[in-house]
Amino acid sequence: MKINNLVLQTVTKIIVFLIFLYSVDLFFAGHYTPGGGFVGGLMTSGAIVLLLLAYDLKTVRKIFPVNFIYVTALGLFISFSTGMIGIFADKPFLTHFFHKHVHLPIIGETSLHTAALFDLGVFLVVVGVTMTIIQTIGEDD
Amino acid sequence: MFQLIMNASLLIVSISTIIFIYRVIKGPTTPDRVVALDAIGINLVAITAILSVVLNTSAFLEVILLIGILAFIGTIAFSKYLEKGVIIDHDNDNN
Repeated sequence: MKINNLVLQTVTKIIVFLIFLYSVDLFFAGHYTPGGGFVGGLMTSGAIVLLLLAYDLKTVRKIFPVNFIYVTALGLFISFSTGMIGIFADKPFLTHFFHKHVHLPIIGETSLHTAALFDLGVFLVVVGVTMTIIQTIGEDD
Repeated sequence: MFQLIMNASLLIVSISTIIFIYRVIKGPTTPDRVVALDAIGINLVAITAILSVVLNTSAFLEVILLIGILAFIGTIAFSKYLEKGVIIDHDNDNN
């Protein structure tokens, strides 16, 4: 007997985008409210895990055609190079900088902090490590 | 008065959680335990919400959504394990 999980797949198509949007919100809210790169990365990998549960490993590989080990490496590289900005500006390692008046095209005047880039590295490392663990465990038959 | 109502509802939700824990321990079959654990997750959402009203803070509102999502994913993973015996299939040929 074939199992038809139409309800699960249809619900997943809607819920995955909500979870992903919530993870992005958690990531950007991390400076002033609870959240940050770690929880945001865990929620992003939670969305991908939900896709893995509703579909299968091959489909998710087709949706996200990336090797998640490279995602981990990219996150480590971003965090490290954020620290190197301080050295190139004759300050100690991991000195962060803060620009109060930056004009972005759509958002307008905003303030940017290099700690957000460090947090982006943490985000990518958490997503990469979690997805590598789950995909490796899931695929041994 | 408001504080009293909040504490009373916290007590009621706690009692219902204890009864769910009884079902988790006693439940004859595994699906009983899974449904009870899912309901405990939803009760945790309620406890967190009431507690954030009592403590007069909005710092726990992320936790509410987080518990909801995690309970959903966990219940789906467990029910898929009960139905198919495998949580993540390698190659699904019926779609």
